[in-house]
Amino acid sequence: MTQEPDATVPEVTVTAETAASQHTRIDVSGAAAAPMAANRADTQTVFHCDGVHVYYADFLALRNVSLNIAAHEVTAFIGPSGCGKTTFLRCFNRMNDLIEGARVEGSINYHGVELYQDEVDPVEVRRRVGMVFQKPNPFPKSIYDNIAYGPRLAGAKRSELDDIVERSLTRAALWDEVRDRLKTSAYGLSGGQQQRLCIARAIAVQPDVVLMDEPCSALDPIATGRIEELIAELKTEYTIIIVTHNMQQAARISDMTAFFSVQANEMGQRTGELVEYAPTSLIFTNPDDPRTEAYITGRVG
Amino acid sequence: MTILTTPAGIATGAADALRKRPGADVAGATFKWLLIGATVFATGFLAVLLAVMIVDGWDVLSGNLWYFLTHGFSQRSAGEAGVWQGIIGSLQVALVTGVFAVPTGVATAIYLVEYAQGNRFARIVELNIRNLAGVPSIVYGLLGLAVFAQTLRGFSGGTTAIAGGMTLAAMVLPIVVITSVEALKAVPDSLREAAYGVGATKWEVLSRQVLPAALSTILTGTVLALARALGEAAPLILVGAATGFMSFGDANMLETFTGPYTALPVLIFNFARQPGADWGVNAAAASVIILVLVLAVNGLAIYLRNRFERQW
Amino acid sequence: MAPPMSTTPHGPGLKVTDLRTSVRRRAWSAGARWAFALAALATVLVSALIIWTVASGAWTFISQVAFDNLTEIGWFPRRGLFDLSTLLVNSVQISVIAMLVAVPSGFGAAIYLSEYAHPKVRKVMKPTLELLASVPSVVLGVFAISFITPSILTNFFDDINFFNKLAAGIAVGLLVIPLIASIAEDALRAVPVALREASSGLGARKVTTSIRVVLPAAMSGLMAAIIVGFSRAIGETMVVTIASGGGDTSLFNLALTESGGTFTSAMAALGLGTDQVAGNNLAFQSLYFLGALLFAITLVLNMLGDLIVRRLQNKY
Repeated sequence: MTQEPDATVPEVTVTAETAASQHTRIDVSGAAAAPMAANRADTQTVFHCDGVHVYYADFLALRNVSLNIAAHEVTAFIGPSGCGKTTFLRCFNRMNDLIEGARVEGSINYHGVELYQDEVDPVEVRRRVGMVFQKPNPFPKSIYDNIAYGPRLAGAKRSELDDIVERSLTRAALWDEVRDRLKTSAYGLSGGQQQRLCIARAIAVQPDVVLMDEPCSALDPIATGRIEELIAELKTEYTIIIVTHNMQQAARISDMTAFFSVQANEMGQRTGELVEYAPTSLIFTNPDDPRTEAYITGRVG
Repeated sequence: MTILTTPAGIATGAADALRKRPGADVAGATFKWLLIGATVFATGFLAVLLAVMIVDGWDVLSGNLWYFLTHGFSQRSAGEAGVWQGIIGSLQVALVTGVFAVPTGVATAIYLVEYAQGNRFARIVELNIRNLAGVPSIVYGLLGLAVFAQTLRGFSGGTTAIAGGMTLAAMVLPIVVITSVEALKAVPDSLREAAYGVGATKWEVLSRQVLPAALSTILTGTVLALARALGEAAPLILVGAATGFMSFGDANMLETFTGPYTALPVLIFNFARQPGADWGVNAAAASVIILVLVLAVNGLAIYLRNRFERQW
Repeated sequence: MAPPMSTTPHGPGLKVTDLRTSVRRRAWSAGARWAFALAALATVLVSALIIWTVASGAWTFISQVAFDNLTEIGWFPRRGLFDLSTLLVNSVQISVIAMLVAVPSGFGAAIYLSEYAHPKVRKVMKPTLELLASVPSVVLGVFAISFITPSILTNFFDDINFFNKLAAGIAVGLLVIPLIASIAEDALRAVPVALREASSGLGARKVTTSIRVVLPAAMSGLMAAIIVGFSRAIGETMVVTIASGGGDTSLFNLALTESGGTFTSAMAALGLGTDQVAGNNLAFQSLYFLGALLFAITLVLNMLGDLIVRRLQNKY
């Protein structure tokens, strides 16, 4: 429960400790974000975020995030628990709209269209920006119906469905394992298979972007390896944003990495913020910010 | 017995002290047996009830059961009277009850769980449902008499099975709402998120994912509510079920919904208030029939619940 | 492979209108929202109609009745005598007897199921209690006049009336046992295991733990069970109408072995129809007045019980 007006919260945090790292934070925020994408002229910007704040009622969960997401790349969000990386991920398909009291301020621009305006229907946004969740969450239906559900809603014809199901499952490297039991319950699959089914379900509606919220956290190492291979293949067709706790995973599969951190204000409220956003190779070899370095070398978090 | 002992005393007495002594915990054993007695009393009287009714109603149950089930009420003599109208009437009333209570109750539950997360209107609705659950059944009879049978006479046709069914629908509405709310809350959010994640509208999430997942529990609640309605007599007495009897004339089934009606529990009440032992036999026999009916419906509900219980 | 779904391509050139769902799907979703809200409103309407019905009917009665007639010798609605104390005393007597039957048995069963019973026993007993809750009240009314009075009570009371409050109270008690047991069991199970372990850890026997630790901790919930059970007993109609008699006419009396009408049985008698046509028109209006009283009494009791249960939920 905060007594002070929301608008004043960002200023409060410039303490002696954070002032030292101020220059690196400026690098990733505001106007500086655009040139960074422009440096890599061959890529196209899918999301352009500028000064994004996320509130849950009066509580500021994420402060002032500005970054660009490039097409056909894998962007990883890393950072300690509670740093707001999942919160930020759910901004891209307006999943936060489903949480009572959640509010997004600032600008998230998707291919030139402001995402958070009344004219935009989150339902269509979620069709174009698909999502894979932390725990595999297949519908309690057959494998076939799990994949066909989204296309049906989007208006796919019955005659097209067989094709869509086969193509999506093939793309998710699951087809060979399930082709003979498409009509059986998805709950009969192993955890890793279920998560690949969820990926197939997400790409069945022909999205532009696939958001992945710690997709491997519930899986064993072998299943995790298969998902990572799959992500590398999928980025030729889709833009992928992935939240992960596992830094090695981020280093293995991502092109860009955003490191988020968390800061508590004097009332103990923990607010996440973006510390550093750079090509993955750079972040893991030569981080700009001491907090990033501390985190990736395992001294914090 | 002393509480404080010297260390030496503890040492020498330790082996004895730790040994279980027979008869030491007399109070505990007595308490436990009292509790068992209470439990047996609380649950066992159903068996006594059933046995007494079967014995009392044996003349009808053993000899004339088929006649009893297939003939109408008779004012002339107990031997000529049957419960046919009551059975048909109860089924009609239950049908009307279901038609009104189930859609309203389930929809209210959906509104409470899926739409209004604790807003003021939702809090009013919740408080209202809790209070409705405690309103005595006969007060619903007043509602039925004044509103469903009189104000809405044009729709219900007066004191008819439709008015009676609507009255019981109002009465069981809280049961349907409360069990449906529980059913919907048990559906995990991950299922909703999965559906939203592929671009489903709220209605599509609810109609194709959440409701199918909650259906078996909602069904259980509905069956329990109808069982309650099946055994209820008090409100129906005020809505004309005690004085009206469905006629067997040329009327077809549909027309009987808007004519005079009665219900099985009301018939039992009618048997019970006639002077003479013969009528008592009828009352007991009809009681056995309604007990079997209500227990079977409830058993079905409990079976459904256990059969379809899903662990998420 | 042709794109299976009609959709505009991703990438630059995206327009706001591309991020809209079809009008049909949006209309369905908006319509469903309204339909659900309307249903919720309908449940509030049921309450409003109940209150309006009993209040307006009760007002008609109050504005016409001579107040002296509310305290005359007994309940004779067709003669214009509406002594409320007659009905009140009978209602309270029967409900108190019901509590004397239901509370020891219901609490005993609740303590047994929550503290002692093997999970397997519990798994069988809980549904059995639920099943008991569904026994139709008319059947218990018949049970009272065909068994409780003739086979049990006549052994203790020589001149007991065929219709009597004692048998009605016992039968109502049997009826509310499952309700009381259920609320009490919830209250007992809400007591944290840690409290029981703390007591056992001090060397207390199970009986001591149950009586000295668990019961006091669950006291407010047990109180709620009694209040809600009492409210249910006050509102019970059929058992009382069949077993206690006197719904149509009753002289004031305190004897439990005599018949006596209650709020509910008086309402049932008035509702049986004859009074609507014949006799004092005020008699029929008294039906609504009694309904209003009953509604108010049970509402207060239930809200009190609800308040206690809610406070209990917040406690642990």
